[in-house]
Formats: sequence, C-alpha cells, structure tokens
Amino acid sequence: MMGKTLYDKLWDAHVVREDGDGVALLYIDRHLLHEVTSPQAFEGLRLAGRKPWRVESNLAVCDHNVPTTYPRNDIPDPVAKLQIDTLDRNCREFGITEFGIEDPRQGIIHIVSPEQGATLPGMTIVCGDSHTSTHGAFGALAFGIGTSEVEHVLATQCLVQKKLKNMLVRVEGQLPAGVTAKDIILAVIGKIGTSGGTGYAIEFGGETIRALSVEERMTICNMAIEAGARTGLVAVDEKTIAYLKDKPYAPTNRQWEKAVAYWTTLKSDEDASFDKVVTLDAATIAPQVTWGTSPEMVVAVDETIPDPEQEKDPEKKKGMERALTYMGLQAGTPITEIYLDKIFIGSCTNGRIEDLREAAKVVKGKKVAANIRQALVVPGSGPVKEQAEREGLDRIFRDAGFEWREPGCSMCLAMNADRLEAGERCASTSNRNFEGRQGYGGRTHLVSPAMAAAAAIAGHFTDVRRLYS
Amino acid sequence: MEKFKTLTGIVLPLDRVNVDTDAIIPKQFLKSIKRTGFGGNLFDEWRYLDRGEPGQDCSDRPLNPEFVLNQPRYQKATILLSRANFGCGSSREHAPWALYDYGFRVLIAPSFAEIFYNNCFKNGILPIVLSENIVDRLFAEVESMPGYALTVDLENQTVTLPDQTVIPFDIDPFRKHCLLNGLDDISITLQHVQEIKAYEERKRNETPWLFQRNNE
Repeated sequence: MMGKTLYDKLWDAHVVREDGDGVALLYIDRHLLHEVTSPQAFEGLRLAGRKPWRVESNLAVCDHNVPTTYPRNDIPDPVAKLQIDTLDRNCREFGITEFGIEDPRQGIIHIVSPEQGATLPGMTIVCGDSHTSTHGAFGALAFGIGTSEVEHVLATQCLVQKKLKNMLVRVEGQLPAGVTAKDIILAVIGKIGTSGGTGYAIEFGGETIRALSVEERMTICNMAIEAGARTGLVAVDEKTIAYLKDKPYAPTNRQWEKAVAYWTTLKSDEDASFDKVVTLDAATIAPQVTWGTSPEMVVAVDETIPDPEQEKDPEKKKGMERALTYMGLQAGTPITEIYLDKIFIGSCTNGRIEDLREAAKVVKGKKVAANIRQALVVPGSGPVKEQAEREGLDRIFRDAGFEWREPGCSMCLAMNADRLEAGERCASTSNRNFEGRQGYGGRTHLVSPAMAAAAAIAGHFTDVRRLYS
Repeated sequence: MEKFKTLTGIVLPLDRVNVDTDAIIPKQFLKSIKRTGFGGNLFDEWRYLDRGEPGQDCSDRPLNPEFVLNQPRYQKATILLSRANFGCGSSREHAPWALYDYGFRVLIAPSFAEIFYNNCFKNGILPIVLSENIVDRLFAEVESMPGYALTVDLENQTVTLPDQTVIPFDIDPFRKHCLLNGLDDISITLQHVQEIKAYEERKRNETPWLFQRNNE
C-alpha cells in the first residue's frame, strides 16, 4: 500500500463521514475567533436558537481593530468599538474563553494560540481568517474559513470539506546569512505564483525547513495562502515538541507522553506520493522585496524593477503596468534606490520574538533615517512584548527612533489608526501588498524583519546580507 | 439562502487578474456587525474618487468614470466576468456579501481563490470556472456588444451565449444541490448528529488531550 502524506493522515483522522467525490464531514478540534468575522456567525446561531457544540474548543481574542496605544480600551472609532464589544458580549453569552483587550495574553490570534499551546500537532484548526494556515507549522491541519463556516463550526463542530491535492515544496541547502524564512516563502510565491497552490495542501520539507525554528516555520506556513493554498504544513519533530512543552494549554504528565507518541507519527511516509513537487535551493535565495500589488510581484534586493515590456502574457503585462502606476515606480529602477516613508515591523507573519530579535540586531546603536516619517514595531502578543522588554529590545528600537507599540494586527491591514496615507511607501513585514491594504493609496513592499530594519536605518532598501558579512 | 436555478443577466467585464478581497470590499467596511449593506461599497477604492468611510451616504460621492461599474451600459449587471485568481486574499465573507448586495448572482472567471469560492456558495452566488479561451471570447463579445447578456442554467450546468452557443461548466454535486434548493448546510450537517457524537466518543479515548477543558 502506498504511504500517506502528512495531509492525508490529518485528513483521515478527522473524517466523521464520507459523502463521496472526496467530500467529507470533517471534525474540528480547535476553533479560533476574532472580532471581525464572528459577529454575524453568533447572530446566526442566536437566530436559529443554537448553542456552540463544544464550547471549550473555542478560543477568542480581539486583534484586528484594537488600538496599539494606551489606553487599550479607549477606541475612538465607535464602529470598531461596537465590534470589539460585540465579541466580548458574544463570548460571555456563550461561555467562550476570550483574551480581552486588557488581558496580558491578548495579541494576534495566530501568535496567541501557539504560544498558549492551544495549537497542537494533529489538530484540525480553523478561524475566520485566511492566515490560519500559520498553525500548520505544528503539523496541524489549519485553514481559514468564512463567516458562514464559523457559524457552522460553532453549531456542529464540523465542516463539509473536499479533500485537497498534495504539494511538496522542498527546500534544500544552507540559507545564506541575512536570508530568512520570509525570504524563502516570498521566493516560493515568486516561483509558483499567487494561485500556484490553489487546490493543494502545501507541505514544506527538506533540510532547510527542518533546520528552521518553529517560529520561522510559522512565517512560512502563514503565507501559504499567498501562494493560493489554504493550508501549509510542516512535519512534527523534536523542535515542535520542545516548543509546546509546558505551554498553558498543552497536555501534561501521562497525557503529554501519550500525545508526544502520537505527534511523532505526524510526518509524510517515505513512500508517500505528492501530486506536485517544487524544489528550491536555499543557497540561491537572496533577501526578497515585493515591488507590485500582488505578493508574486517579487524580486531579490540586488535586482531591478521588472519591465512589463518583457512579459509575454498580455494579462500579466497589464497587471504589471497597473501595479507600477499604483506603486509610483519605473521599470529598471534598482530596488536599493527605492526610498521609504514608513516602516512596519509586526503582523502574524513576523510579529514573534525571533522576528523582533532579528530586527533589533540590525537596528542596535543606529538611528532611523531622517526621511522615515514613522517606524513602528508592533509585537504580536502581550507575551512577545514582555519577553522583548526583558531582553531590552524595546530600548534598542526606541533609542533608534522606532515607536514601540501594544499588540495587534495594526498596519498589516490598517483597520485601526495605524495606516499609510495616500502615496506613502512602506517597508512592511506583513503578508499582503494589495492596493490600499495598509491604507487608502498606500504603497507596500513586503520584506523580512531584518530588511525592514535595515531600510529604516538607510532610508531606502539595502542588502541586509552586507551587514552579516 | 435564496435558491439559484437559472438566470439571464447583463454581464459586467472586470478585466483584471488577481482581484483581491481587499479590492472587493476594503477593510474599513469590515467593522460592521451586519451581513447586509455592503453593496454601496463594493470595489470602493476603484469605484469612487474619494476615500470611503463606513456609514457614509455613497449617493453624493464622486464616481470614477473610468471604472467599469460606473459605465451606463453595465448598470443592472448581475453577472460579473473577470480574470484568473478572482477573490484572492482574506477570508472575509463581506466580499460575497458586497457582491450579492450590489446585485451580482453569477461570477465567471478562469479560476477563483478557494476560500472566496467556498464563501460564494453560502450566499446564493454561483461562481463559474470557464477556460481562459472562453473567458477571452466573452470579454471580446461583452465589450463589442452593448446589452450583452448570458443565460446560466445551474440544473443543466450550462452558460448560453447570445448566439445560442452552449458552454458546459463543472460544479461539485453537493454545492449544486444546496444552491438549487437554497439549503442551509448547518441543518444538513445536524442530520448527522449521531455520527458526530460517535466520532467524538472514539476520539475521547484515542486522543483525550484534545478534549480537555481549557486551563481557565
């Protein structure tokens, strides 16, 4: 019999019933909620007179709308305030655990859940947020859902799903100094495109991925959705298990032993077959910078803005021209000659402690360039912020001229007050460079934390590898 | 959910690849706690020349005359034609809510992003995948023929062109069944309560740590 992929194993372990054609009713172990995509689902539940099926499987936190300044609960926008209050009220009414805005554990849901051990290997994890793919870094089957499905999970603990195909993205070789997990995933998206992973569960494997920390793997799985894949996966290994040991929600004692024994089976079998395999050589990856309005519009820092005239596909060419107009850029311009107005370090992609350490290393003892109007560091959660402060990273950032903020999604999607003004250009460690994503008319370049930090100091993009050599 | 059986409607051509959900409904409108009222802000940043805010009356905002949605010949369109990877980006169901609220019932593109595609079916919108070649042909015909309309028949899985060319499309049988009958899939799932409970019983033994109460 043919071996199974990690995705196959996770799928098989959660099938409640099969409906033919690869469609199944899938059991959901963990349901994460936030304020933006849940109110209509709770309303639906109430209207139908239903209750959450298994209330303890749910964990809620407000992150999208929250201010990143003090006082935390002073939200000037009444519409945003109503949405946050609505989450509080719904969680109280239905008995769901919520880390409220003043809870020290509050933060971005995809950072909060793993650091509490609420994300565990072998789980199915869903959330009304496309970056739920992050949790796949733990060998969990995790994917984003819409609000109707949020209601469906609340009411039934299940989802009707069609099985995906299997893709392996294998990264081999030694990653050069100054090149990070963010650069790997941007390079993957550049290679397969923003719909390259549509219809697939992507497992990231190979020696480079195995050598990454759990946090770095989260960065990679986080952006699987930017390659079109709802779900990204990494096999469980000793690093995964070490990360989870003694986390508040992780099992203990005999349960822990039993869980670990199961978790170590969560990898693709040697003879498993994938529908598609993509291979990358880590040694050839350079720091990546997006230049356009889709994450696939990405080049290495030592390259120039591509020329639409060289593009043969007429649809792609039009897209490139429109992106260059929106971004205010000319074909042929070296990336290192692009000057920035704002810097954003944070988000569910790059708001963890290792990201902040990496950025702080670049910033230490230097000053933010005069042309940078605002440089923000937004830790991904309360515990990340506390840890960074224990290590003195906040001082390094503040001394350089960065603002040190409270946790939340912040300028990744600009639902709160942190945003770009029209025409402003930002080096951002977030995940999407769509038109208007960081504010109406704003221009986003996606980069790693080290690259964003280096750009803050130089005032323009600069090859961070030079700082490491 | 409203049933979908057949529809004959004006086609609006949105000739862009990778139309993302941030473009379909910008983030400031996601603060609403309702499912309705998003139609006026559909494609807000492309459609208006100013920056939109939630709760604003859109009727006196300056329109972008270049944007296809504002062109008189496409008013009352119910079928949206676009390019590959339509609906990429976030999982916000506000995107199909906005399209539905505006009046779109059918979307045609060479490919859709998965979460968006899935969300459409929960809201009475039929997303149809047609080949690049056919989509190219439809774009050419729509632009050259004012009042261009298509007929979509879900039961028979066909799109009929004005010249009576019939183009078949694929759709998952379960989704088709739900859309044809306007079924709420929560009630369908709840027909399997015993199976869900049996699954839970089995898993409580095999993987008990997944059923622990939170450490609250």
